Amino acid sequence: MKKELNIMERIAEASKAITTGVDKKDVEHWVEVHIMGKAYKVPADLTILTAIEYAGYRFVRSCGCRQGHCGACATIYRIKGDYKLQCNLACQTRVEDGMELVQIPFTPAPRAFYDILKEDYVVNVFFKFYPEVARCVSCNTCTKACPQDLEVMDYIQAAIRGDFESMADKSFDCIQCGMCAIRCPAEIIQYHVAQLGRRMYGHYGEFEPEHLKKRIEEINEGKFEKDLDELTSLSRKELEKLYAERIREKE
Amino acid sequence: MAEIKYIGGYPEHFRKYIDIVSRTRMKRKDYTPPAMNKEEQQEALKNHPDYAPGGKRKISIGQNKGDIAPIEVADLLEAYPVITPDEIDLKKADYSVDLMVIGGGLAGTTACIWANKKGIDKNKILLVNKLRHGDANSIMAEGGTQVADRKEDSLRAHYLDIMGGGHFANKPDVVRALVSDAPLIMEWLHELGVIFDREENGDFAEKFAGGLSRKRLHYCRDYTGLEEFRVIRDDFRNRQISYIEHSPVIELLTDGEKVTGAVLYNLETGEYSIVEAKTTIMATGGFGRLHIRGFPTTNHYGATADGIILSYRVGAKLRDTDTVQYHPTGAAYPVQIVGYLLTEKLRSAGAQPVNKDGEAFVYPLEPRDVEASAIIRECYVENKSITTPTGLRGVWLDTPMIEVKNGEGYIKKNFPGMNRLYERNNIDMAKDPVLIFPTLHYQNGGVETDPWGHTNIDGLWVAGEIMGGVHGKNRLMGNSTLDTMVFGRRTGISTAEYIKSGKKQGKLTLEHLPKYIKMIKEAGIKTNRKAPILLPEYRGKAALARMIDIF
Repeated sequence: MKKELNIMERIAEASKAITTGVDKKDVEHWVEVHIMGKAYKVPADLTILTAIEYAGYRFVRSCGCRQGHCGACATIYRIKGDYKLQCNLACQTRVEDGMELVQIPFTPAPRAFYDILKEDYVVNVFFKFYPEVARCVSCNTCTKACPQDLEVMDYIQAAIRGDFESMADKSFDCIQCGMCAIRCPAEIIQYHVAQLGRRMYGHYGEFEPEHLKKRIEEINEGKFEKDLDELTSLSRKELEKLYAERIREKE
Repeated sequence: MAEIKYIGGYPEHFRKYIDIVSRTRMKRKDYTPPAMNKEEQQEALKNHPDYAPGGKRKISIGQNKGDIAPIEVADLLEAYPVITPDEIDLKKADYSVDLMVIGGGLAGTTACIWANKKGIDKNKILLVNKLRHGDANSIMAEGGTQVADRKEDSLRAHYLDIMGGGHFANKPDVVRALVSDAPLIMEWLHELGVIFDREENGDFAEKFAGGLSRKRLHYCRDYTGLEEFRVIRDDFRNRQISYIEHSPVIELLTDGEKVTGAVLYNLETGEYSIVEAKTTIMATGGFGRLHIRGFPTTNHYGATADGIILSYRVGAKLRDTDTVQYHPTGAAYPVQIVGYLLTEKLRSAGAQPVNKDGEAFVYPLEPRDVEASAIIRECYVENKSITTPTGLRGVWLDTPMIEVKNGEGYIKKNFPGMNRLYERNNIDMAKDPVLIFPTLHYQNGGVETDPWGHTNIDGLWVAGEIMGGVHGKNRLMGNSTLDTMVFGRRTGISTAEYIKSGKKQGKLTLEHLPKYIKMIKEAGIKTNRKAPILLPEYRGKAALARMIDIF
C-alpha cells in the first residue's frame, strides 16, 4: 500500500516540477523548439528559460531572477510563419511550436561617468554625457523591442526636450535588459540615458522630504536614545506586554 | 486528453469559482476578519512548515553543533569542500585589496560605496559576484522599505513592531541599529536620486504592511528594490570601484585565525584565482534555491547559501537557523509563475485572501508566518481551496477589491510589475482574482554579528540576508531592503576604520579545511556531498540521465 503523505509532503510533491526539474512522465503536451538551430522536444507549458533547462542546458549566463525583474535572460526569436524578429524575456515567455531562438547574454554598452550633484538640472546633461541621443530618428524600434512594453522612443524624446518628469515616469519600469540598445539604428544606449535622467529627476525634481529631515535632526539631538536604552534592556515578558498594548494607527 | 479551454487566462472550469469571488465581493468590501490573538496565532502556526513535524534536524558539527536547522541547510554545513588545499597555489595573489566584498546585491554594493566614501581607494576595493553585479534578491524586492519618519511614528514603534514580528528572539543591539539608521539611509537614497512614490503634497507615500502599527512603508511602485539597487549601482559605477562577475568565491582563506582572502572560481573557464584582502564582507544573500521542504521560491537563481557555508567553515557563529520565511502570497497559477512573489502591498491596498466559498478567512495583514499558516490551513485542513491543473492547491487573492476600494486603474498605476506578470499570462488581475499559495522567501537567521556587522571572526563582516539576529524568527515586510543598506553602510564604514587603523595583510592558507574535514569524519557523517553548490539543478531528468562527461 502507498504511504499516505502528510501535508508538507503533499505540498512538496505538487511542486516537484518547479523545484527539481521536469520529469518526462508527467508531461502531456509537447512542442518542438529550435535552440540556436538545434531541435528539441519540450513540454508545452514551459517558459523559454525552463525549456532550455529541460533540454539539458545549465545556465551560467542568461538566467537571473527567473521572475522578470533582472533582464538577464533577454532572448530573440522567430515564430514559424512570421517574418518578425521578437524580443522578450526567456523567463516570461512560453515556448511555442516551431520557435527559433537564441539568448543574448550580454550587451556591450559603455556608460558615461558623472556626479549628479555637480550637474545642472537642465536638458544639456543628456547631450553632455550621451550626445548620441540627438541621433534618434524616431523609428520606434526600441519601443517594439522592449519586453516591458515601455514607450522607449517617447522617453528618449522626452530627454531631448528636457522633460525629466516624463522621462522618469515612462522609463521607470525598465529592467535594463539591453534589447533597445541592441536594436537601435542610431546606436543610442537608451537605458543608460534613462538611468541618468531618473536620478536627476529623483534628486532635483522631487520635493525635499521635510519630515525626514526633521526626524534626522531629532535623532542627532538624541531624542530617541532614552526610549531605545529602555527598550533594549527590557525582558522578553516586558516587551511582550508593550507589544500587546500597541495601538495601531487608523487607516 | 482534450485541450483545456481557457477564458481570461483561466481554465474554463475555474470560472464558476471565480464567479463566487465576484458575487461575494461587495459583501466583503466593508468586512475584514479580526486579527488573531496570541493563542489563535499559535494554533494557526501549527500548519507552518517551520512548526509542522519533520523538515529539520540538529547540526552535528562545528560552533553551532546541536542547533536546529532545515535539513537542506544542515546537509550543506556537513559537506566537503569543493577544493583540496594541495590543488590550489596560494603563493601569489591575483588581486591584492584592502576590502573584498562578496556578493553584489544591495548590501554588498552599499558596503563598497561607504568604504570608498570613508577613504578606501576604489582600486583597493573588490566586489566579487557569482553571476552579474545585481543578480540578487534585492532587485526583486517589490514592496518597500520601512523608515519611521512621520511625526505619528517613532523609532520606538518601529523597534516594537520588529521585536514582536520576530517573536522577541531578535538581537536587541542590531535592531536598535536598524531603526536608528533607517532615516539616514532614506536621506542617502533621496540624495542619490531614488524616486519614491509621493503624496500630492510631496510627502513620501507610506503604507501599512503585515505586523506594522504605523504606516511606515516607503515604496517605488512595485519595483522598490530594483529602483534602489540600480541607483546605488549607478553610483558604484561612477566611483569606478573594481568588480568581477561570474566568479563566485568557493572558499575563504585564513591565516589560521582571521579571514585574509578567498579563492574565486571563473564559472566560464573553470580557472581559479586568489584574492588577498585585509577585510572581507560576506553579502551573499539567502538560501531560497535550496527549496526548503520542497517549496517553490521567490528567490534569485543564485540563492544557494554559499556564504553561510563558507563562513561556518572558518568558524563564524550562526543564530536562529531554525526558522524560514514563507511569503504568504506566492503565485499558484499558472504553472510558469508558481512561487513568484505577489507583494504584500497588494493586501495593504485592499486585496483579501478568499477561500473557495468566497469567504474572507484571515485578517490580511497578520505577520507573514501567521498569514502563511492560515492559508496552508485553509488549503489542506479546511479543504476550501482550488486545485490547479498541475495539482497545486491555492486560495484566491481578491485583487479586483483593490480597484473597488481605490478606484479604477489603481492596479495598473501602482502595481505595474504584478500587472505585467499576469497580463503576459492573459489574466486581468483588476477583473479576476489570482490564485495564491505560500512560497519560500527569506532566511530569517544567519551569521551572528555586532551592530557593525562584524562576526566573531577577525577580518570577517557580514551584511544583508546572510546576517542573523535582526529579524529574530520572522521578518516583517520592508525591513530586508532596509537591513541590506543599513548594514551595508555600517560594514563599509567599519571595515574602512579597521583598514585605516593600520592592519597588515595576513598570510593565505587553507588550514581550516583539513580541520573541517576531520570534524565531518569524526562525527561519523557518511556523505559525498560537496558545498558550496553555487547553482541549483533544474536540468530535465531525461537529459541528465543520458549525460556523459568526456571533456
